[in-house]
Amino acid sequence: MPALTWYTNITELYGPLLIVESVESPTYEELVTIELGDGSQRQGRVLEAHRGKAVVQVFGSTTGLDLEKTKVRFLGKTAQMSVTKQLLGRTLSGLGEVIDDGPAVIGEEERDINGSATNPFARKVPSDFIQTGISTIDVLNTLIRGQKLPIFSLSGLPHNKVAAQIARQATVVSHQQSESVSSRSSSSKSAADDFAIVFGAMGVTSAEAHYFRRELEDTGALGRSVLFLNQADDPVIERILLPRMALTTAEYLAFTHHMHVLVILTDMTNYANALREISAARKEIPGRRGYPGYMYTDLASLYERAGCVEGSDGSITQIPILTMPDDDKTHPIPDLTGYITEGQIAFARELHHKDMYPPVDVLASLSRLKVSEEKTRDDHHAMANQLFAAYAKGKEVRELAQILGEASLSVVDNQYLVFAKSFEERFICQGENENRQIFDSLQIGWELLKILPQTELKRIKPDIIAKYMK
Amino acid sequence: MTKNMEKSKSRSNLGVRSKPARQQATSGDASQPLKMVKNQNGGDVNTSDQTQNRLSIKPGKIDSISGPLVIAVDVEGLKLYDMVSVGYAKLMGEVIELRDNRAWVQVYEETSGLSVNEPVISLQKPLSVQLGPGMLTRFYDGIQRPLDTIFELSGTFIQKGISVPPLNQEKAWQFTAAKKVGDQVVAGDIIGQVPETSLITHYVMVPPGVEGKIIKIADGKYQIDQTVAVVVDDQQKEVPLKMYQYWPIRQGRPYQKKLQSNVPLTTGQRVLDTFFPILKGGTAATPGPFGSGKTVTQQQLAKWCDAQIIIYIGCGERGNEMTDVLKEFPHLKDPKSGKPLMERTVLIANTSNMPIAAREASIYTGITIAEYYRDMGYDVALMADSTSRWAEALREISGRLEEMPGEEGYPAYLAGRIAQFYERAGVVLCAGGGQSSEREEIKTEDSKQDQTAAKSSRPKKSTQLTKSRQGSVTVVGAVSPPGGDLSEPVSQSSLRVTKVYWALDSSLAYARHYPAIHWLQSYSLYSEEVDDYNRNNFDYEYPELRRKFMGMLQEEAKLQEIIRIVGMDSLSNQERILLETTKSLREDYLQQNAFDEVDTYTSKDKQLAMLRAIWGFYEACLGFAERNSERLVSDVLDMELKNELAKMKYVSEQELDKIVSLPKQFHDEVRRIEQAGEDGEPEKPPLHMSISHLDTDIDQANGGE
Repeated sequence: MPALTWYTNITELYGPLLIVESVESPTYEELVTIELGDGSQRQGRVLEAHRGKAVVQVFGSTTGLDLEKTKVRFLGKTAQMSVTKQLLGRTLSGLGEVIDDGPAVIGEEERDINGSATNPFARKVPSDFIQTGISTIDVLNTLIRGQKLPIFSLSGLPHNKVAAQIARQATVVSHQQSESVSSRSSSSKSAADDFAIVFGAMGVTSAEAHYFRRELEDTGALGRSVLFLNQADDPVIERILLPRMALTTAEYLAFTHHMHVLVILTDMTNYANALREISAARKEIPGRRGYPGYMYTDLASLYERAGCVEGSDGSITQIPILTMPDDDKTHPIPDLTGYITEGQIAFARELHHKDMYPPVDVLASLSRLKVSEEKTRDDHHAMANQLFAAYAKGKEVRELAQILGEASLSVVDNQYLVFAKSFEERFICQGENENRQIFDSLQIGWELLKILPQTELKRIKPDIIAKYMK
Repeated sequence: MTKNMEKSKSRSNLGVRSKPARQQATSGDASQPLKMVKNQNGGDVNTSDQTQNRLSIKPGKIDSISGPLVIAVDVEGLKLYDMVSVGYAKLMGEVIELRDNRAWVQVYEETSGLSVNEPVISLQKPLSVQLGPGMLTRFYDGIQRPLDTIFELSGTFIQKGISVPPLNQEKAWQFTAAKKVGDQVVAGDIIGQVPETSLITHYVMVPPGVEGKIIKIADGKYQIDQTVAVVVDDQQKEVPLKMYQYWPIRQGRPYQKKLQSNVPLTTGQRVLDTFFPILKGGTAATPGPFGSGKTVTQQQLAKWCDAQIIIYIGCGERGNEMTDVLKEFPHLKDPKSGKPLMERTVLIANTSNMPIAAREASIYTGITIAEYYRDMGYDVALMADSTSRWAEALREISGRLEEMPGEEGYPAYLAGRIAQFYERAGVVLCAGGGQSSEREEIKTEDSKQDQTAAKSSRPKKSTQLTKSRQGSVTVVGAVSPPGGDLSEPVSQSSLRVTKVYWALDSSLAYARHYPAIHWLQSYSLYSEEVDDYNRNNFDYEYPELRRKFMGMLQEEAKLQEIIRIVGMDSLSNQERILLETTKSLREDYLQQNAFDEVDTYTSKDKQLAMLRAIWGFYEACLGFAERNSERLVSDVLDMELKNELAKMKYVSEQELDKIVSLPKQFHDEVRRIEQAGEDGEPEKPPLHMSISHLDTDIDQANGGE
């Protein structure tokens, strides 16, 4: 290892990048310290290592850097952060520095923030049902421990409220519950001390940052949360590091301390835009809409850090939030995310306009992971399928009715019309503080299905109908 | 891995004097080199005298690093597509470009932490897989490192530079010889067999490039590295044969000739078997936007198709999905043998967060293993999920190489690579002969190359060909088009070369119509062959019903156009009956629940019975309408008995009688209704048929909102 010498031969500065020459043997992804003429220091990372030359990405602002006085020192290690359980309750910046008023945190362990690929053989298939208290999620798009389930939101929609509600209400229903047992009591254990929230905010406004902080404080959850904040006016480059820091912390809590960690990342759109900005600065060949061709891989390196693994009781559940630019689901950000994550909760502006909360677009939402029915109830899958199918049909009839008029609809079609309306009002709609138990949600489902003739319920086996349709 | 490679290189040199492999490899004592074999692409397949070179090769140095691409300078003895070991961490890489003294290397592992000036050593051979018993039930990464062993060694996360032999080195296999001393063998000949799993017998074959007379062979228990037979060739060189062989992944394995395939691959999936069948040795592409069920469709095929060997490649997809397959397959039973499905399966996983260059390789690793089992005479089915991720890996590497981008940033050679990959599917006459003993007569080599460039003097008899083995590789590739837009290059290139197109449709998926394979957009170019096969080997009526129902589905789409413009009232009775029938066909036949114990697999017998039942309903209703033109057709369309159609899918294979009797029941029921009407029973109020959601689906699909 060469001694830590200062290199002063900086030849180029543009955007967040700095090019330094006459470097002996730079290491790829190595951390560097940059010292300005006035003695202040910044951090950076090697993006490209060449013989005698390194392209360095400067963390933070590049304002004030110059070609003459600025010096660079290579640290011989890749980006790391120190993790400890003491981080719980703290607020950190995108660089992993404590930015609340509390004392400094002394880490127990240094970890590479890029993590390593999880061996698929080491994974456990996620199957524990997380009850969010939101019917559209619990029944139709079940959230599972270890899942990555993004919220595809639109600008101006209450995704933050929904995320906060999930964070507040999420509990795990016990395995061998019977119908009479309230799931709340059986899950209280897991909610107590082995449950943690890691919250990563990228490029959010200070109002949003305050909202989450207040939400967590009010419900007393702050003590088991770690907040990473990068506000809209903070350096763009930190948005690239922030989710990696957040996930490194989550991995530490989950797999070293066996905690169940819920990671909420907002807003992934800002993250992707930061990625594009850096890519453009590096003069890379742009892919779709200017986003770099490797964005799929890059996003995957974040999202795939969710899961449960052998040898640990902990888990990482991810809820990334993204706002679809121009409400376009085929935009690269939601599109690539959808290909990686295990489903999505999509929001619809139409429902929001009708003042329905949460504005979950049921038909466009999906959860790929199947909860095993022992963990909820034997009518769960069939009910979900039937509600989906019936609501899809109902919405089509509604469109048809707009063209042909309701009078031209058949009896059954009219019933579907009524079903769709009731479904939106009673099933999708619920209060911001309403915590519906899974059996209550299923019960609403059965009541709604009574609107339709039983011959239409093709997705549910007859014996299940006989058992629950009362 | 490095050590492993070293061993492999020395393989041609050992065993004859029964020296332990390692010893000889390090001694650098090269004995008789194997002769070079030209394979189809003209590359050197089996070089041997490298071992002694190894020690004298000087390492080069890293010159620059950018993502998975490393430029090395002054590496001695490099050939294009050779493997190299990069840096102190000994990361595996592959040379993809050579210019002057510089070599562009794509590295199969994460490159962060590599420094300029670290050593780069040539491993003197192309990226190869080790093929031998013990691959089944294993779970490999993109460059054939067993993930289960890696887990034991490095825990939850995959460590960089970890080196694990692909096959179990300790396990002793029971080898039973099929040849005897004095037999003449050529490449591809089966010299013996090993029970690999309770389902699959592994045939040990003479590796490509070897032929001669067996001078030593014996039954017994052998470890993978031990010599089971020795062959002496016409230059009196002794070649030891082991139970494994190496093959470079980017070249197709040799075979005698490609054959026309004509046997359908039965999948137990109704929409596929009936309407869009694939042949053994065929190719299919399943493009679809996310959430449309590509992975579930692929997994269903892997579970239930009647191939003997399944290779499942998770290429750049989710980790949890692979885990799911891994945990589920050992519990699933093969419908024929009742043995766990895992015993015929090789899993290859390079999940989306694993290094991108290895993702590029995973597809080739998979198909090479598939070809190896094909060469034994097995029907192999390979599922690649998803080829788009593989193409993206190509794109990323290409971008870093600063190649001129083609469409959407993909390299210009994308279409060629995709075509090459699918071309490795097919039914072949395997290299070598069958297990017959008349091998002596075949004196020529056996690769396709030799066939095409055959010398006219070559003696070949058709009788020998018939005795040879046939094997097939069926390839089903998933495609993940961005935004579900099929005009993108990967979808288009795939559709140009594949014969079957299963169009996954998001609007069907939204309505939870699974499998969301759109019946009007999908096609199978094998339909005629499959129809012929079914007529001759299954049932004459099956292809007939397929044709009739397909026509009705087309008709349905047309009628729905009409309904949207002028409403239901304009339809004739016949048309209403048709619509009701296709509705039943869609809901009760095309829809299939992969997660239901019974519905997940439907035998062809049951498929036929179900089709007949739906047809029985149609005919009975039509008959009613013809005989009673004055009566409302809804009298029969709403009959109680129709519900039986919906229940068919849950009828187990043992109770098929319940379905078989349905056509007659419909007939009787219609007669009963008819008579009841004649007797003056009050008619039910007219019930308009509800309009299916199909029309809006098509709108969405075409409109591309």
